[in-house]
Amino acid sequence: MKTYWSTLKTAAWLGWEMDSNWTEPWLFVVYSVIKPVAGAFILVLMYLVFTIIGNVQSSTLFDFMYVGNAFFIFVGTTLFGTFQVIQSDREWYQTIRYVYISPISFYVYILGRAASKIAVATFAVVFTLIFGVLFLDVQIHLTLDELPLLLASLALGLFVLLAIGVTLAGCTFLMARHTQGLAEAIPGLFYVFCGVLFPLSVLPDWIQPVGRAIPLTYWFDITRRILLVGSPINTGLTGYGDLEIMGLLLVSSVLFFLLSLGVFKFGELLARKAGKIDMLTSY
Amino acid sequence: MSAATVRRSDLKFRVSLNLRSVLGRAYPRVIGANREPSWIVFEGILPLLGIAAYVFIYQSFSEAAIAAISAGQCGASACTSPEQQAAFLQAAKANVNALVASVVLGGTMVAFWLNVLWSMASQLYWEKEIGNLQLYMMAPMNRMALLGGMAVGGMFMTSVRAIATLVAGVVVFGVVFQVADPLMLLAVFFVTLVALYGMGMMFASLYLLWGREAWNLSALMEEPIFFSSGFYFPMGGLFRIPGWGSAVALVGSIVPAGLGLDAMRQLTLGPTAFGGQLWVLSALVELEVLVVLAVVFLILARYCLAYLETLAKREGKLTSRHQ
Repeated sequence: MKTYWSTLKTAAWLGWEMDSNWTEPWLFVVYSVIKPVAGAFILVLMYLVFTIIGNVQSSTLFDFMYVGNAFFIFVGTTLFGTFQVIQSDREWYQTIRYVYISPISFYVYILGRAASKIAVATFAVVFTLIFGVLFLDVQIHLTLDELPLLLASLALGLFVLLAIGVTLAGCTFLMARHTQGLAEAIPGLFYVFCGVLFPLSVLPDWIQPVGRAIPLTYWFDITRRILLVGSPINTGLTGYGDLEIMGLLLVSSVLFFLLSLGVFKFGELLARKAGKIDMLTSY
Repeated sequence: MSAATVRRSDLKFRVSLNLRSVLGRAYPRVIGANREPSWIVFEGILPLLGIAAYVFIYQSFSEAAIAAISAGQCGASACTSPEQQAAFLQAAKANVNALVASVVLGGTMVAFWLNVLWSMASQLYWEKEIGNLQLYMMAPMNRMALLGGMAVGGMFMTSVRAIATLVAGVVVFGVVFQVADPLMLLAVFFVTLVALYGMGMMFASLYLLWGREAWNLSALMEEPIFFSSGFYFPMGGLFRIPGWGSAVALVGSIVPAGLGLDAMRQLTLGPTAFGGQLWVLSALVELEVLVVLAVVFLILARYCLAYLETLAKREGKLTSRHQ
């Protein structure tokens, strides 16, 4: 256990140094904020364009979309922070062989490396939400009573994101350098199926079960229930109570954690067999 | 003058050498991609999902709009007649088609922009990191031929994704395009690509100078550029925001994808789409601006490359990694 903790701490420190030491702190803060805020502004403009030509305003739909998009920052960042570790160490820094043969858990090392990305994402999410409340009139209401539930759901959401990230990392053992494509594609999958920007009910009927099978759907739903009290939008999960949603999130998180262990070990085994642990695939 | 020197200064030989360099640099991208077909899934199919999300946003907005019109609300006031209600309904449906088509066209251009950022702009830096740059520098061809080869190979790979996006737009989302002037559309498309990749060539040299910051700069030029260049909405929407909106749009226009998309949207949806109120300039003027941008970026790329090569050699940084 002590080794795990030590690995986690050291990997987190390493990840932070790698992420932030290329520039001055103020520039790093600006960099961390501009990207998510620009992402939010794409939605703002989409909404604005629609109100100009459609003559229709729906502030509840906008709030729904804005909060979903703000929390989606965790998805892209945490997933990328987790599954890019193998390819960055293997192809870019070419240090994977040294880390891999050291007496640590490689799984825990990957989790540690993702920690700095989660810290930056947390800052970006909070900034985006505050920006929305102050300048875009997003109606967020968070009471102290609801805070423990929000934190618990956040912890579970991040846990499942890490599990999905490690599952993908297991796959990247065998892949050429397509991390960028993966970074764009996998969050895109969740963007569509998990009701991040629009209610699940907008999707065709036959796709909705896919969304319900992904734990992140429940995470986004419970987060919006807490922050957007009394939203009249039918998300397709209105039949479930808050605790039921939390229960579904917990069960699916544990399942994804077990899946991540299995896929990671299997990917690692295949990569070792094929001699791909430290392959280079630049072209 | 030795025979070798005479041969090297022969125009025919130099043209042939540089053309072979273009082919040689494009070759590994095309062949390498075929040897590793997983990229088709990751770069051709899965990114469609991100685009689908933006399509569904417009569809959810549209559902709300159509529900309001069906309930008797025509704009800010109640519908005065069934004819007015029917006209509003028809306009709402046409607007959704135009918005979804805008997203689909933006999605195709996203593919090229990401390729420019990650496989053009950052490529020389990447080559330096893995030790290939010194080999390129010692080879006798023009460096622009090297960048040109990277661009050609990159365009091939990216075209697969762009075509997949267009096909998905038409087949899955039922987008209807009305192309009245296909030649003009092709001209705008290719000039936009030349300007975009010219910009990528220029960045490739600058990234060598900026080192590790360049990597983060590429990441930074995704969402902010998608926003300022109107990849997922008509760029004219930015000009409707007083003050900062126009400033952001003007900055976004420097990236050729912005004006290129605006012109392509006009040419595929008709100038009257969105009530004609969200276009930046006419398609012809935008094409002229794009031609200017293409020439300027290619010239700048040529000078940046020569200057930074000299600078890097003088400072001894041409082969030093992780800086």
